[in-house]
Amino acid sequence: MSARVEATEAAVQLVRELAREHGPLMFHQSGGCCDGSAPMCYPAGELRIGARDVLLGEIEGCPFYIGGEQWERWKHTRLVLDVVPGRGAGFSLEAPRGVRFLIRSELCEPSGA
Amino acid sequence: MRYDKPNTEGSLVQYASRYDNLIGGEWVPPASGQYFENISPVNGRAFCEVARSSADDVEKALDAAHAAKVAWGKTPAAERANALLKIADAMEANLERLAVSETWDNGKPVRETLAADLPLAIDHFRYFAGCLRAEEGSMAELDEHTVAYHIKEPLGVVAQIIPWNFPLLMAAWKLAPALAAGNAVVLKPAEQTPATIMLWAELASEILPPGVLNVVQGFGVEAGKPLAQSARVSKVAFTGETTTGRLIMQYASENIVPVTLELGGKSPNVFFEDVMAKDDAFRQKALEGFAMFALNQGEVCTCPSRALVQSSIYDDFMELATARTRAIEPGDPLDTNTRIGAQASNDQLEKILSYIDIGKKEGAKLCLGGERVKLPGDLEGGYYVMPTIFEGDNKMRVFQEEIFGPVVSVAKFDGFDDAIATANDTLYGLGAGVWTRDTHTAFRAGRAIEAGRVWTNCYHLYPAHAAFGGYKRSGIGRENHKMMLEHYQQTKNLLVSYDPNPMGFF
Repeated sequence: MSARVEATEAAVQLVRELAREHGPLMFHQSGGCCDGSAPMCYPAGELRIGARDVLLGEIEGCPFYIGGEQWERWKHTRLVLDVVPGRGAGFSLEAPRGVRFLIRSELCEPSGA
Repeated sequence: MRYDKPNTEGSLVQYASRYDNLIGGEWVPPASGQYFENISPVNGRAFCEVARSSADDVEKALDAAHAAKVAWGKTPAAERANALLKIADAMEANLERLAVSETWDNGKPVRETLAADLPLAIDHFRYFAGCLRAEEGSMAELDEHTVAYHIKEPLGVVAQIIPWNFPLLMAAWKLAPALAAGNAVVLKPAEQTPATIMLWAELASEILPPGVLNVVQGFGVEAGKPLAQSARVSKVAFTGETTTGRLIMQYASENIVPVTLELGGKSPNVFFEDVMAKDDAFRQKALEGFAMFALNQGEVCTCPSRALVQSSIYDDFMELATARTRAIEPGDPLDTNTRIGAQASNDQLEKILSYIDIGKKEGAKLCLGGERVKLPGDLEGGYYVMPTIFEGDNKMRVFQEEIFGPVVSVAKFDGFDDAIATANDTLYGLGAGVWTRDTHTAFRAGRAIEAGRVWTNCYHLYPAHAAFGGYKRSGIGRENHKMMLEHYQQTKNLLVSYDPNPMGFF
């Protein structure tokens, strides 16, 4: 499977900085309210990955997951990890730096599913 | 009228330059000595500093809560209820001040904080004071000589993590039942909206015994996480999104404690054709119900962000609904005429814009709005978005994920079964709306939609005494109802025999 998630240069830089501070990382794409739709960045292994989570790819060697049911409804899109000024909520590692990971999305080509 | 900006001469709200944590009835600086800047989304500028807490501060707060829990749990129900009533009275006496602060901290229009956030929060404390006074355990006679008493006891110390969309009201939803039930609380407000809760805590800490209410400010990863992980809490209550919800359940599983989770939705608002049968007050009410997606800038877990309109009335209904929505323009949140204010944070603004982008790419038709608004003067740096209407298909992502902004995605349906199938084609099940003049349709639709709250010929009412909570992936548990007392209680069973004779086994 080709990677279904990629990252902007700014996001890659932030992932590297966070990895230097916190060690290996993981991502999980959230859903629902408040910071729903935001990607969460944790120390690797922090969130127990379940049987229905889907591995979309890796960002700088850090696995990026999404819940399987959510992916069923998102799979016509390709995700681009970006970063913006902000604070977010939840337990994502970057928030104290005054920045927040953000997902931008592109439509998959019909043949690229 | 327009309220003066906080921290200016004549304003009702004068913030301290920095806020510490409330621990054991004292204002305690964070162990790290660090603070973070709190930004108003109204103008994008910082207006106070707030404690950046860590696990050390959480431990101190838990020490204080544990020291207070026994006495508070044994405080007679009448006294605990009285404390809640006094909190409500203090809030009422400070209603305008707290409302203006909430507007400044969150960005929502003062029109809403004055008319909804504050009155609802105040009533919530009164409601649970009443519930507590009326609560009883039970007794069952099992046989002639044996009775089972069921006595409610508090859990002890509970953790509550509050979202940023209704900072004070969501705190009230969680605090009122927990305190009424006799628990001591460690509360972690959202890092986007920490200010009003401190003004409130100044009032409440004068009423509650030290340590019963503890407020620890800071970032989720630094303060919320150690609180949720602690083996010293008997319950964790959280409102937010699904991945953090999963983490909180995971932490709770390590400690074998219960959770209450409210994780959002993608609420359908279903308009059956008979709403257009007459040009009357009810039609106007239904159109207002459509426009409710703009309430609180769409930052509501039950935002009616999927409008499903019967195809036979679609064009006529949408013409009126679009005109109704067009009249809602972002403005100064401190002006009582403003009906939509600022999004709560820059990252929230960016997320909304990213969804408007994906909606366009998916082929949804942009009927209204779809852009950021730059307001003049001091408000230029604030986070304002035009109310936005998309037309499209329920399979699109703008129909499947809560954008948490003033964006509604509209689709047609043909007949009752199609309406219900589309309404239920979502991972979530928190809220829903049903609009019809036909009582049979109203009840059938309300029962068929898989959601915890179905507003029927109304929307966005949040009265105490009406249970609120989710089906499906929207969470676990309920809020807003007397059953919440049980969410914060243990059941003690005393199984009592008054038969003097041995059982005869040994």
